[in-house]
Amino acid sequence: MRRNTTKSLRAFAIELAVYSILVVIYFFLVLHLLGGWLFYLEAQHRYIYAAVALLLIAGQAVALDTVTTLLFRFLRGRWR
Amino acid sequence: MFFPISNADINPIYLVVVGFIIGILGGFFGVGGSFIAGPALRLMGVNWNYAVGTDLAHIVGKSIVAARQHRTLGNVDLKLGLIMALGTIAGAEAGAQLIQALKRAGNVNTVVSFVAIVVYFGIAVFMLWESGTTLWSGKKSSQHRTVKDKASKQDHSVFGPVTQMIQRLRIWPMISLPTSGIRAISLWTILLVAFIGGIFSGFLGGGAGYIRMPSMVYVLGIPTHLAVGTDLFEIVISASYGTITHAIKGNVDILIALVMHTGAVIGAQIGVVATQYFAGPKIRLAFVPLPLIGVAIVVYTLITGQKV
Repeated sequence: MRRNTTKSLRAFAIELAVYSILVVIYFFLVLHLLGGWLFYLEAQHRYIYAAVALLLIAGQAVALDTVTTLLFRFLRGRWR
Repeated sequence: MFFPISNADINPIYLVVVGFIIGILGGFFGVGGSFIAGPALRLMGVNWNYAVGTDLAHIVGKSIVAARQHRTLGNVDLKLGLIMALGTIAGAEAGAQLIQALKRAGNVNTVVSFVAIVVYFGIAVFMLWESGTTLWSGKKSSQHRTVKDKASKQDHSVFGPVTQMIQRLRIWPMISLPTSGIRAISLWTILLVAFIGGIFSGFLGGGAGYIRMPSMVYVLGIPTHLAVGTDLFEIVISASYGTITHAIKGNVDILIALVMHTGAVIGAQIGVVATQYFAGPKIRLAFVPLPLIGVAIVVYTLITGQKV
């Protein structure tokens, strides 16, 4: 039991570190590139902005959930 | 990091940490976490309108992650969630209209605040009594093992007889919810519960999960784990609607929401996994502080005369 917990915590710590690196890259690449375009949309085309905003947050949710799930599975050395 | 849409300068690490905390709460309790996100954004100087709209967008993302995770554990009743989403959206619109009517009457803050204090405090006291009594009565002998199998998710509650009485109300049309283990319940009961949750959402902003989750357990008789998962699924739909309407009105800074959400993804997964290790009454007992935080926010609003 304790061995499993230690293994899970270690896997989680590694996952967190890898995830943090990915998130930092994400901040500087995607958000930096999208910032100007989203600012323009918000100011000029509100309806398009609303649709894009929802698509972005939903897309990010699915993408990051998949990334973290895969990372966790990979680090634990087994597929659920 | 500068966010041009809301014209705010916020440290992204702060946003990630806030998202992480809200993610844990959301995954574990099935709430949106607006009572933390709103004040947290205000604290960084984000205007109130952006705080509300951005929070809703962030809730969509966090709830998608948590609902997906709960779905893999069999904790989401899609049929119930879709029906409740209709009631919540209608309730939120009605709540917004009621606010407008109270605004015209000139006593909106007083009425809404006192209603909220009584309701939230009542929920906290009731849940403390019910979950405490249920745990004390020792009806559930297997509370210390994990709660992965379907049978062990079936809750015992000292409020059970009242819930069964509500389920026996024969108001056409009756529907069955096999996933939640309910053979027949009036559609109107479900819509009413969702509608009331929606009204509070319209009154106070956010998803009002601290009203809807207990209502699903005590009024509809949904097992706690399923209530948490289904509430999250329902929040995805109602918060998406809210995000679109707020974005059209210019109240959403999606860049802030995206950054907050990166922390929420990890937090939501931890929260969901944690539900496996707690029985229903323990989750309900741990839920008690959430409506009390709502009370504290409303009291603060009354005293200072401004929304946090």
